[in-house]
Formats: sequence, C-alpha cells, structure tokens
Amino acid sequence: MLRLNNIYKKFNKNMADEKIIFENFSLHIKKGEFVVIIGGNGAGKSTLMNLISGSILPDKGEIFIDSQNVTNLHEYQRAKFIGRVFQDPLKGSAPNLTIEENLSLALLRDKKRSFSFGINKNNREFFRQELKKLELGIEDRLESKMGVLSGGQRQAVTLLMACLVKPKILLLDEHTAALDPKSSVKILELTEKIISEHHITALMITHNLDNARKFGSRIIMIENGGIKLDTLDKEINFDDLIKRLNITVNKI
Amino acid sequence: MQVLISTLSQGLIWTILTLGVFITFRILNFADMTVEGSLTFGGSLCAALMLRGVNPFLSLLIAGVLASLAGLVTGILNTKFKIQAILAGILTMIALYSVNLRIMGKANLSLLGKSTIFSAINNILPALNSNFVLKTFIIGLVICIISVVSLNLFFKTQIGLAVRATGDNEQMMRALGGNTDFKKILALMISSFFCGLAGALIAQSQGYADVNMGTGSIVIALASIVIGEAFLNFIKLKNKILSSLICMILGSIMYRIIIFIVLNLGMNPSDLKLFTACITAVLLGMPKLKKFKLKLGGNKNA
Ligand SMILES: Nc1ncnc2c1ncn2[C@@H]1O[C@H](COP(=O)(O)OP(=O)(O)OP(=O)(O)O)[C@@H](O)[C@H]1O
Ligand SMILES: [Mg+2]
Repeated sequence: MLRLNNIYKKFNKNMADEKIIFENFSLHIKKGEFVVIIGGNGAGKSTLMNLISGSILPDKGEIFIDSQNVTNLHEYQRAKFIGRVFQDPLKGSAPNLTIEENLSLALLRDKKRSFSFGINKNNREFFRQELKKLELGIEDRLESKMGVLSGGQRQAVTLLMACLVKPKILLLDEHTAALDPKSSVKILELTEKIISEHHITALMITHNLDNARKFGSRIIMIENGGIKLDTLDKEINFDDLIKRLNITVNKI
Repeated sequence: MQVLISTLSQGLIWTILTLGVFITFRILNFADMTVEGSLTFGGSLCAALMLRGVNPFLSLLIAGVLASLAGLVTGILNTKFKIQAILAGILTMIALYSVNLRIMGKANLSLLGKSTIFSAINNILPALNSNFVLKTFIIGLVICIISVVSLNLFFKTQIGLAVRATGDNEQMMRALGGNTDFKKILALMISSFFCGLAGALIAQSQGYADVNMGTGSIVIALASIVIGEAFLNFIKLKNKILSSLICMILGSIMYRIIIFIVLNLGMNPSDLKLFTACITAVLLGMPKLKKFKLKLGGNKNA
C-alpha cells in the first residue's frame, strides 16, 4: 500500500549544522493498517509525514503508493491519494472562507477544478449530512466563516475534509495536541469512527502512549534515523522498553 | 453638478484599478508592485493601437489582455524563480518602463481628435452628444458593473475558490490538491488585466497616455481599498465577496470625493501624493492604533 524504500534525508546539507534525519530508512505499510508513530521530540516523525505527503523531498530513495512511484510527484499531485490533518488547527482550513467553501475545496482533492460553481444545492446537502455526523451542530452554520469556529470544531471539520474524498492514506500529525483533553478525546473517537467506517489506512503521530495502544493496530517507534520498534503487540509494556532502550518519550 | 459627476466618473474609472489591486493585495495576499507598470502598459498600448487606427473598444480589450502578461511575468518570477513577491513585482514594473517607452516611441502620446469609447457612445445615445462628463460617468458605471459581476461569478467557481484559498491558506490548498503556483499566476494575470484596462480607460478619458501615468497609482488603489473596507460596516450582503467588490467601487469614488474636497480647501496639488500616502498609512494602521488605545485605557484601569 505505502512503501518507503531506502530513504535518506539530511537537513542543512554540507553546512556546519548538518542534520541527518533518515539514513537508509525503509517502511512498508499494508492496506487497512492504523499505524501509530511514537518517538522523542526531533526524532523525525513529522519529517516522515512530510516525505510521504511530498511537502519535502528525500535526498535519495523511493516512495510508492499502491505500486505507483510517487517520489517525483509534487505535493499537490500526491494529494489525490493523501488526506492530512496538521497539529495546528489553523493549518488545515481557510479561515476567511465559509465552512461550505472549505468543504467544497476538499471535495475536489482528487479532481481537476473547473469554472463551474464550487457550491450547488446537491453538494451543500451532502456537506450538511456529513457535518451532522460530527454532532457538533456545525451543520447549521454552513455559511459561517471557518475562522469563527473553536480549535476543536475546526479540527473536526479538517478531519472531515481530509476524508471527504476517501484517501488511500490518512496522515495525522499530533492532530489533537493543541486541544483541551475533552475535545482531544472527542476528536480521537471521531478519527477512529471515520477510519473504521471507511476502512482507511492511517498513520498517526502521538506522544500519548495510552492512545497509541488504544487506537493503533501497529506501533512504530522512530529514533535516530531508524525504526527502534515495530510491533503489532498492543499489550506492550512501554515503560520497560523505554528504560531498556534508554530513550525519552514525553508521556502525557 | 457637472463637477460632482466628473468626480464620480473619475472614481468609477479608477475602480477598475482598485479591483485589480484588490485581487492581489486582499484575495491573494500578494504585495504586487507590478501595478504601476501594467497600468501604464495598458495606457500606452491602447494609445498606440488607436493611433494606428484600431477601434477604441478593441484597443481597450487588447490592452487589457496584453497587460495580463505583466502578471504572468511577475508570477513566474515569484513562483518559479522564487523571488520575493515585492521584488518580483518591482522588477516587472521597472522593465515595463522601458517597454512602454518603446511602445509609444516617446514619453507621451496624444489622442487628440481620435474617437474614443466615450465619443462612440454618441451613436447609441445621441442626446449625450456634447456632455462629455455624463458620457464618462455612464461608460464608467457600465464597465464597473460588468467587472464586479464577472469577478463575483469567478470567485464562486471551483477555480476561483481555489484562488481565494491559496491566498488564505496556501499550505491547506496544496494539501487539498491545488497547484498553488498556477493559482497565483492566474490571479496575478487577472489583476494585471484589470490594471491594464484601467490604464487604457484613463488614457482614453484624459486624451493621452504618458509614461509616468502609473506613478503613485498603487497608493491611490490602496487608499481606495482601505476606504472601501470601511463601507463593509454598512454593506453586509450574505455574499461576502460581492460586498467587498461593491465596497471597492464606493472606496474609489469616496477617495475622489476626498481629493476633490481637499483641493477645494486649498491644498496644493503637488502635495496630493503625500496626502494619499498619509491617509492610506493611517487607515491601514487603524486596527493596530485602536488596539494600542485599548491597551493604554486598560492599563489605566488596572
Ligand atoms: N525544514 C527543516 N530544516 C532544518 N531542519 C529541520 C527542518 N524540519 C525539521 N528539521 C529538524 O529535523 C529534526 C526532526 O524534526 P521533526 O519535526 O520531524 O521531529 P518530530 O519527530 O516531529 O518532533 P516533535 O515530536 O517535536 O514534533 C529536528 O531536529 C528538526 O529541527
Ligand atoms: Mg512533529
């Protein structure tokens, strides 16, 4: 489904502060997996997602989605396959556009945009139905500006936008980290609901080990440019592991 | 009465420029300095075409379409050469200065005795035969309405929405499969089209094109935009884009009225640019100034 082959990535190449993030890094993710990625600050988790989405390019190595080589595709071209929710709720939507306008943009993620109207009766009704599933009462505020929603509401809509056209891969980069505990739980439950309903293959970064165990079907720990741990065992004892490997993971 | 209508007409014609600058500065969030060059580019192209006997309406249209190429150049400099927005625009603007001199062959071209779109209206409305001021007003109004309606429609299309989203949150637009470089170039071209069209209209209404006709035009457009935005407090249509576009007409007209008043109060015309720059700066800074005042007030209470 998703395959990264022998990826190399350095930042600040040939400079004093050169930083090697990935060295001969390979990863294969199967269809339908919910992979949770953990690892200390600066381990390269977000960089991994940026490499997959195409917002940064590897120095060497290849990336395949469903046997298609996407290594040389621009971010906007890969977007056809990828849905994405960022850590910062402000990053995932356009604040000065209305909620329905944002959704209409998301609806065309895998299509060519034309000069026909972005919003019509049919898709407006579709948006209303989809928003209703969030159970946040946003379905009556289609014409409000996105910017007036709270962080949690906005993140919920962003999640909906990322899955409005079913993605082959959903990338979630600490997408609940900026939310209060209650909203965070709500968004995580929503995430699981959408993922299991539509059988979406997902990658989620989190610093919360309980969530990692609870939601992940596979857990990967990244450290020093490589995979330190890759397990399907949900009962894994992290405390032991962390002590043994002598690494730091922020536990919430 | 004549003076009032003349002031309004000026405002209407310059609205076209305001719309062009609104697209880059407000929709695309792109500080585009091409404007001063593309306005003159449109003006000189239109004058040169008319002097070669081309129909004034056709000259207007050709001038606008060719002026859009200025936006294309700025867009490529910015998105492909990765040159900062401001600098990309300045480069195009400076280059256009020489191009405009080439087109005209000298510093200015007079359209004296040539039939313009303003005189062409005589055939349609013979009653207006001698009333130049009213003619300008009517033509300005028609062109403004056509421009506002078509821009409003454009910004509701899938591509138009993507252009707005590119200005609002570029990262999101890319993540949603939008080629943001293309959207930027497109918006810059549309903006330059309007700036060139404005230049052509100005040349026809004042009867000549001049290589310096664009100087200071960016500040006039910005002043009109910020004045227009003040009208947003009164014009609250459900359609937010349409409200903004209408406010651009009001802002451009209001700017002319303000200029008319200060000139009548005895301001030296050579001080106009200073005056315009000052009101633009103050209006742009207003939200910050207000916050500052609140802060001061808050401190006093605390
Ligand atoms: N564009 C960049 N230029 C230079 N260095 C970068 C860049 N992006 C990331 N880095 C560096 O790469 C390393 C990995 O960053 P990354 O954001 O992938 O970490 P992370 O695992 O997501 O950490 P966190 O848990 O804090 O989010 C960090 O040391 C960071 O400073
Ligand atoms: Mg990160």
